[in-house]
Amino acid sequence: MQTLLFLILFPILVACLLLFVKRTTLRYAVVALSALAIGGASIYLLVQYAFEGAVYFAAPSEAAGLAMLAIEMVLALFIIYMGAKFRNYPAIALAVVQAALIVYLEMTFPENLQAAHNLFIDQFSIIMALIIGIIGSLIAVYAVRYMETYHHHHPEVRDRQGMFFFVTFAFIAAMFGLVFSNNLMWVFFFWEITTISSFLLIGYSETDEATRNAFRALVMNLLGGVAFVAALIYLAATDPASGGIDLARVLASGDTTLILVPAVLIGFAGITKAALMPFSSWLLGAMVAPTPVSALLHSSTMVKAGVYILVRFAPIFAGTFAGFSIGLVGGVTFIVASAIAISQNNAKLVLAYSTIANLGLIAACAGVGTHMLVWAAILLIVFHAVAKSLLFLGTGAIEHRIGSRDIEDMEGLIVRMPKMAVMMFIGIAGMFLAPFGMLISKWAAIEAFVQVPFGLIFVAILAYGSAVTVFFWAKWMGKLVTVTRGVERIEKGFLEEPWAPLYIITGLVVAAVFFFPIISSTLIEPYVLAIYGVTTGLAQANIAIMLLMMALLLLLPVSFLLFRRTVKHLPAYMSGRPATADLRFAGSLGMTREAQTRNYYLTDYFGEARLFRPGAVVCTVLILASWILAGVAL
Amino acid sequence: MNGIVGAVLFLILAPLAGGLIAGIDRKITARMQGRVGPPILQPFYDVGKLFEKESVVVVTAQNFYVVAYLVFIALSGAFFFAGGDLLLIVFAFTLAHVFLVLGAYAVHSPYSHIGAERELIQVMAYEPMIILAAVGLYMVSGSFYVADMAATTVPAILYLPGVFLGLAVILAIKLRKSPFDISTSHHAHQEIVKGITTEFSGPTLGQIEIAHWYENIFLLGLVYLFFAWNPVIGVVAVAVTYVAEIFIDNVTARVRWQTALKGGWLAALLGIANLAILSYMMIGGA
Amino acid sequence: MTFLKRSPWILHYDASSCNGCDIEVLACLTPLYDVERFGIINTGNPKHADILLITGGINSQNRPVVRNLYEQMPEPKVVIAVGVCAATGGIFRECYNIVGGIDKVIPVDVYVPGCAARPEQIIDGVVKALAILEEKREKMTGEARHAAEAGEST
Repeated sequence: MQTLLFLILFPILVACLLLFVKRTTLRYAVVALSALAIGGASIYLLVQYAFEGAVYFAAPSEAAGLAMLAIEMVLALFIIYMGAKFRNYPAIALAVVQAALIVYLEMTFPENLQAAHNLFIDQFSIIMALIIGIIGSLIAVYAVRYMETYHHHHPEVRDRQGMFFFVTFAFIAAMFGLVFSNNLMWVFFFWEITTISSFLLIGYSETDEATRNAFRALVMNLLGGVAFVAALIYLAATDPASGGIDLARVLASGDTTLILVPAVLIGFAGITKAALMPFSSWLLGAMVAPTPVSALLHSSTMVKAGVYILVRFAPIFAGTFAGFSIGLVGGVTFIVASAIAISQNNAKLVLAYSTIANLGLIAACAGVGTHMLVWAAILLIVFHAVAKSLLFLGTGAIEHRIGSRDIEDMEGLIVRMPKMAVMMFIGIAGMFLAPFGMLISKWAAIEAFVQVPFGLIFVAILAYGSAVTVFFWAKWMGKLVTVTRGVERIEKGFLEEPWAPLYIITGLVVAAVFFFPIISSTLIEPYVLAIYGVTTGLAQANIAIMLLMMALLLLLPVSFLLFRRTVKHLPAYMSGRPATADLRFAGSLGMTREAQTRNYYLTDYFGEARLFRPGAVVCTVLILASWILAGVAL
Repeated sequence: MNGIVGAVLFLILAPLAGGLIAGIDRKITARMQGRVGPPILQPFYDVGKLFEKESVVVVTAQNFYVVAYLVFIALSGAFFFAGGDLLLIVFAFTLAHVFLVLGAYAVHSPYSHIGAERELIQVMAYEPMIILAAVGLYMVSGSFYVADMAATTVPAILYLPGVFLGLAVILAIKLRKSPFDISTSHHAHQEIVKGITTEFSGPTLGQIEIAHWYENIFLLGLVYLFFAWNPVIGVVAVAVTYVAEIFIDNVTARVRWQTALKGGWLAALLGIANLAILSYMMIGGA
Repeated sequence: MTFLKRSPWILHYDASSCNGCDIEVLACLTPLYDVERFGIINTGNPKHADILLITGGINSQNRPVVRNLYEQMPEPKVVIAVGVCAATGGIFRECYNIVGGIDKVIPVDVYVPGCAARPEQIIDGVVKALAILEEKREKMTGEARHAAEAGEST
């Protein structure tokens, strides 16, 4: 249990310390060392508990519960204050409603708010802890230098780096707390901390846009928070049949129709946090924040909390129409967000839409909730976290060098920033190509969905969705690898340190493929076995094939040596016009013209304007349907 | 053991068979147009010639991607004939194609880029249907393994007529035939030159051609799976399907990419409708 | 076994022809003459072509274009000038913008006379070009072998 407490409390300590550190070098040292400690502790956690199954701990409840209540109230007041300051009345209203509900819960059912075991750890929590502990803290390390450069580029933004790193580490602590808590009251407390943290981080630059988007994120997540409290009240009121607020007891409760209602409510909270449609706009708006924030929100924290809770409740959703409906929310989000990603040329928006799409896919797996799908969902969480954090950090680094996050401006990156381009290349490959992780999960998901009644609809969604995914990733990859001539190499001169996290995460993307059989057999499969009594995994032959493919992919670059440099080089074909290497040619009237290459965005077909609203409407209907279905089942 | 034999046989024989089929294809096409046509072995002469030519590149990297393309196409086909998981094979083919597209992107050339984009549109157009074909074959045979699909005694085509028709549509894309040859058209000199292969020449172009042969054999194998319960009918059906594709190639004009995309996706809808009815029947039957 | 002469791919360029020869070149592809019998393909891409077949004379606008197309073709390659204009400038020879025959810009291997050149003549020209193409190939491989041997000996 010490390791668990360390992982929750140590980041808070570091956070408080960082409030007072002003010098970048010192901050870097503190962050790097604590990242090492946190990462090390999460690996120690793996070693300690990997083979033990679910272990429960009776952590002190009384004092902690009171402290949490106090903090929740303070946070509610803070939201009301901020809401009043920026005249955002929905936020105030929701904060008031939520606080009132909490007070009602505490007053009405004080005896039902104690759980025998407040903390626990099982294989799924270990996986989450590894993601938070390793990816999260690497992002924090990256952020130190990034923020220095950020303020260099944006002198108009008030330097609040102390606050920034305080919130970042509080965020990490809250995520640890969230995945280790067995007491749903505790889960909710940490849930709210992540909401507030993201609010503060998104609004960091204090521009009008940032403030507006921060409030949007806040309001949407508070909406989920209210649903969460409602679920808690319901659970407390129906104790002991439902299992009360003890997560393990709730999940083990035999009365599935009874707990379906709170499950759907918590699922709704998960949908808001995971930014599924119609709530995707908060995650898109979060792009205004500095890039490490996006990386943090998208890969290891925040949205992962949303899908974490969905996957936790997957066994309850399994086989119910309400769960199927939630799964469809995910499915529709997956295909609509993937399609919209085609029309985006802003790298961060492409990444955001891809995140939304993949969270949708995870939610689809969790909502339908068979054992194979939960296996696929957890795998998706792992691989998505690794690849997406790499892509965000990479995009941030590129943006600082080329001054743009437009994919068109990344043309020829392989010449201008070769190392960076290779890392981005690996990251993108990790998102959609065999034998990398995301594709394995999609493949497993298709095979699992076929075996579910009405699963065909998900198979269809996945079939179209993967086609669309190939399109938008491959064209980005294409831009990166285009060998342009006559451009300057600008990789050097970038501050040295941020490379370390990038190298490590790139290594993780590749290593994840090699270690995935082990991750699956030691962590995911036992978890699925413990929950469902059956387990699944990839066949040996398929694993062998994938490893073979991966080995080949790593070996192929060696063949570069075979291509003699002596082969004849010719300029590109320009319809017979003599052209320079950078595609300038003699046009009519003696003018020199330049040919440019641009990607297809197919806006008429896949534009945001065309697809977003219908997707949001369908998903809203599906969410309402899930409530009605859960109510009817009762 | 059978699997390894199948894979090795594929790696050795597929280029021979693929080239021969391409030769027959050109002969039949010529006859349909009232011409004599080239010798059956012409595709081998062409590739042989390409290897005799000088190696010319715009950037050195482009050849690397083509080697990767060839290797992964051959490997994916080998997995198929080794009886592997059909979905994994489909995704492995996607990987291979992405390499070809990247090869075209690597060259900073307008025509090459347009070809690459159009190739990606093609991938987007055919991918849903090919995944659904795998799913359909699974629903009939109860296994995702090609070995089991080939050994099944169920006449898959009777259960999957819609899926098969849909597959026939996207087969035109995969075989690079009209009306969907939008990325490297033989007949569109003036517009996109040779699209995705514009900047590839000599031995590299030869490798692309060989990869195409490999892939064609895989595609015909996929068609065969629909008729696998009876090998004789299977072979005849594959031949008829291929001739039908040649016929369509000769009587249709090239469409715009919008139509190609819609065509591929509508074909997939047809497949979905078929599968929906099938799964309804299965639930009803059980 | 050499494949080159069994599979000559042609790039057809209209320098400043009156289109008379062009129509005859295209006629070669029709069922009546069907040059695909000899493996000949009319490609639109110099990087794929073995034979550059030009109709019409060079004018001052397309001078760099012809040179560029020729340079874009990988070795071995041959050039056929089809029609009298391509050979000398023909009837347009004295025009203000005409430079002259194709050989003013790039080396020509085969001249096919005629106004317009007949398909039979054009096909005959291509067959003659194939012999030259083969010669060039042998020379090229010979040089390569020679260079390799020289490389080993040093």
